[in-house]
Amino acid sequence: MTLPDQHTSRIDLKLVAEMVTPGSRVLDVGCGDGELLALLAETRNVDARGIELSREGVAGCVARGLSVIQGDADTDLADYPDDSFDYVILSQTIQATRNPRLVLEHMLRIGRRAIVSFPNFGHWRMRSQVFFKGRMPVTDSLPFDWWDTPNIHFCTIRDFVALCDAVGAERERAVALDAAGGRVGLNAPWWLWNLFGAQAVFLLKRG
Amino acid sequence: MSDLSLSLADPLKEANEPSSPVARFGPETPLAMDCGVRLDHWQIAYQTYGELNATRSNAILVCHALTGDQHVASRNPITGKGGWWTAMIGPGKPIDTGRFFVICANVIGGCTGTTGPASTNPETGKPWGLAFPMVTIRDMVRAQALLLEALGIGSLFAVVGGSMGGMQVLQWAASYPERVFSALPLATGAKHSAQNIAFHEVGRQAVMADPDWRGGRYLEEGTRPAKGLSVARMGAHITYLSEPALHRKFGRKLQDREAPTFSFDADFQVESYLRHQGVSFVERFDANSYLYVTRAMDYFDLAADHDGVLAKAFAGTKTRFCVASFTSDWLFPTSDSRAIVHALNAAGASVSFVELESDKGHDAFLLEEPNLFATTRGFIGAAARARGI
Repeated sequence: MTLPDQHTSRIDLKLVAEMVTPGSRVLDVGCGDGELLALLAETRNVDARGIELSREGVAGCVARGLSVIQGDADTDLADYPDDSFDYVILSQTIQATRNPRLVLEHMLRIGRRAIVSFPNFGHWRMRSQVFFKGRMPVTDSLPFDWWDTPNIHFCTIRDFVALCDAVGAERERAVALDAAGGRVGLNAPWWLWNLFGAQAVFLLKRG
Repeated sequence: MSDLSLSLADPLKEANEPSSPVARFGPETPLAMDCGVRLDHWQIAYQTYGELNATRSNAILVCHALTGDQHVASRNPITGKGGWWTAMIGPGKPIDTGRFFVICANVIGGCTGTTGPASTNPETGKPWGLAFPMVTIRDMVRAQALLLEALGIGSLFAVVGGSMGGMQVLQWAASYPERVFSALPLATGAKHSAQNIAFHEVGRQAVMADPDWRGGRYLEEGTRPAKGLSVARMGAHITYLSEPALHRKFGRKLQDREAPTFSFDADFQVESYLRHQGVSFVERFDANSYLYVTRAMDYFDLAADHDGVLAKAFAGTKTRFCVASFTSDWLFPTSDSRAIVHALNAAGASVSFVELESDKGHDAFLLEEPNLFATTRGFIGAAARARGI
């Protein structure tokens, strides 16, 4: 099912929302100002919960009527019981965690499904900045210099697939979006995804 | 009115005959207390604001803190000052009395009209004093529940409170989950810490060390342990503030003098301020009541009532929670709130939590804190939409 456009302009959020079964229980880890949670609550009728590190983000979420806890993905996921959610979502956040592997393991423990979206550091623009300029990549969507970026654990799509294998996660769906938001061909090989996917969205479950 | 003091109520009279509404109960509605005593004759004084709607679905219970009272948003008859939470509650305020029916009752063990040690014991005709049974937070909540039944309010849209009021909010959610649609426990904890018990004990010992306390029979003997209670309040007041707040407000500034007097006068402004806090507290609060209510907080340990597992207190709850703490609160630090949030998460409850930035210490929940107001407005507004109010 494709969602109507008026709820959000962000294609990656719409893609994540499409992966969520209506009426389910969802935890969004690093939910920011609650854009995805609000989208899920409005369009998928989910029981939407969130964790957000920033005080401003949490205050904004609570003011929107969302159930959001100020907390840290790296430390606070351990407190959630097994199977307490249908989906645990990590939207554009895994690269900012201190221990991505542990976070992913907790997500698969807490949720029956995990959805992870992340920017692909293997995209050709990233590669070309390193290759031709010899500098760490800075793009419109990742505008930070290396010394002030909150993104401390970048990975490529292939790297993430390797992590899924390492933690025993089964990939139910994977979608790569190019820089314009279009989907990279479904039957394209991994290397093509890794080169032309600006970001990727994975739907995972325990293997 | 030429002299405001003339219109002030006598605290001793308020304990039995409050100037606010009061519900009186007899043996048909006894108050069964945790200590095993059954109060056959008891009363509870309360205030209400706003209108109860036709479906009786818009009632908000506000639970007061240690030395609070039922006069949450209207003039206090004893002090002549405004209500203690007018920043939060009133027309157009975060808890909007134009939209909600707000109730606040004096706690059992209190001294502003609900039965407590300063009330008259019907069996002796004398003040209860130390013969009054020991009170718990759960007793306070039981008394409130009986009041609400008497008022015909079956379920509450929200229960709200900070500090000891927050303890009551948690107890409400644990004792009567089906009667609490949403809960806002602020600057509180699910148990009283060793440090907090320690501070309370210092305060109680100060009261009891005052010769005018007379073994708790000061009302009968016509004295008042003003010095002891004042010192207790001075010590406690420090715990409600923070070092940065004290520094900002007073620093080392001297009080109405150019140089230290080389005496034990209140040379420093902070001393003068604390003495004033102590003296004005004594005028409005009963010393034995202070002993009982501090003890109730010390005894509070919600997890202990549930096999030591706090999550069990909230098992299966449908209540929506919003927990908030303040960065500079060292009496009920953020870790206390996080423990509540972890338990609510483990119970699968709908919970929001935010640690609000403030340098005002524990008292921040009572003060002008725009972030607290925004959070409260957002939470209450969303809960009201969910309940169709």
